Amino acid sequence: MDEQLKSELRRQGVVATSLQELYNWGRRSSLWPLNFGLACCAIEMIAATMARYDLARFGAEVFRPSPRQADLMIVAGTVTKKMAPQVVRLYNQMPEPKYVISMGACAISGGPFKQGYNVLKGIDRYIPVDVYIPGCPPRPEALIDAFLMLQKKIDEQYLTGPNRPRHLNADMPSEFVVPEFGTHDLVPTQNSEVWKAPLVNISIAGKNESGRD
Amino acid sequence: MTNPIYLPVIVLLLGGAGFAVGPLALAWVWARKYSPQKSGPIKNAIYECGLESTGDAWIKFKPGYYIYAIIFLIFDVEAVFLLPFAVAFGGFTAAESIAMLVFLILLVEGLVWACQKNVLSWS
Repeated sequence: MDEQLKSELRRQGVVATSLQELYNWGRRSSLWPLNFGLACCAIEMIAATMARYDLARFGAEVFRPSPRQADLMIVAGTVTKKMAPQVVRLYNQMPEPKYVISMGACAISGGPFKQGYNVLKGIDRYIPVDVYIPGCPPRPEALIDAFLMLQKKIDEQYLTGPNRPRHLNADMPSEFVVPEFGTHDLVPTQNSEVWKAPLVNISIAGKNESGRD
Repeated sequence: MTNPIYLPVIVLLLGGAGFAVGPLALAWVWARKYSPQKSGPIKNAIYECGLESTGDAWIKFKPGYYIYAIIFLIFDVEAVFLLPFAVAFGGFTAAESIAMLVFLILLVEGLVWACQKNVLSWS
């Protein structure tokens, strides 16, 4: 059914929908975040849920203290190497479908602590991230914007077909490698299924696949 | 033919059972058709704030802790009632005062008992 007919019907008081739309609507309207903050970004995350910014307007007011009941992980703050295994483990313990918002410069890349020996240079090295929010820390409006972007992303997902999301595909993994403490660094230092190192040497651009040099 | 006055009860029963079973059945069908189950060793592991749990949850508690529970109760209940007693003390009649004293004596008796058991001494 094309969009024009659908909107025409809606104007006449008839709501036509598909199972996929209904499913996506249900998922995006009740994204429950995991109650979990790592650093100062978490303060902004808390502010976003309170009365002034009111994340509840978008169906995300219920911060669940258990990963069993959560759909969304907001990685809010610096991920230290000490904490990274726990973060990945918590993500693994969440049931599908699950999403990740990487909030703030630290969760994206290590931010101002990037040079620190004990700071993970981005949580996307271990778990797939859906939305990144830059900022140090991002304002609650930025979190709400990221949340709306995630909702938009969910809205466009297919129920069947080769482009369907991970949780509908039996062949794709639901658990990711949990790093362990090695002698000098976390082992492994990154999950190569999730993260490819950015291209550093510009002279081999186009000749080699990104991150495989 | 059975009595038709029980028909609403049967309808209600069926409706109630359908209300309970229906969503579960729908979820089962949905999982079979679209959303495959993805369980794994980490996902099924015990949740303990992201850390790996150590030891067994079925551990023994020392029964001696009941003493602390009882002493806590003595002081807790006493504190809860002493303040209202003190506030309303001026307006008490003789019967009320006696009731209050009996209550206090019962609690103090517990304290004396605990003292005699030597559980209040710090060692």
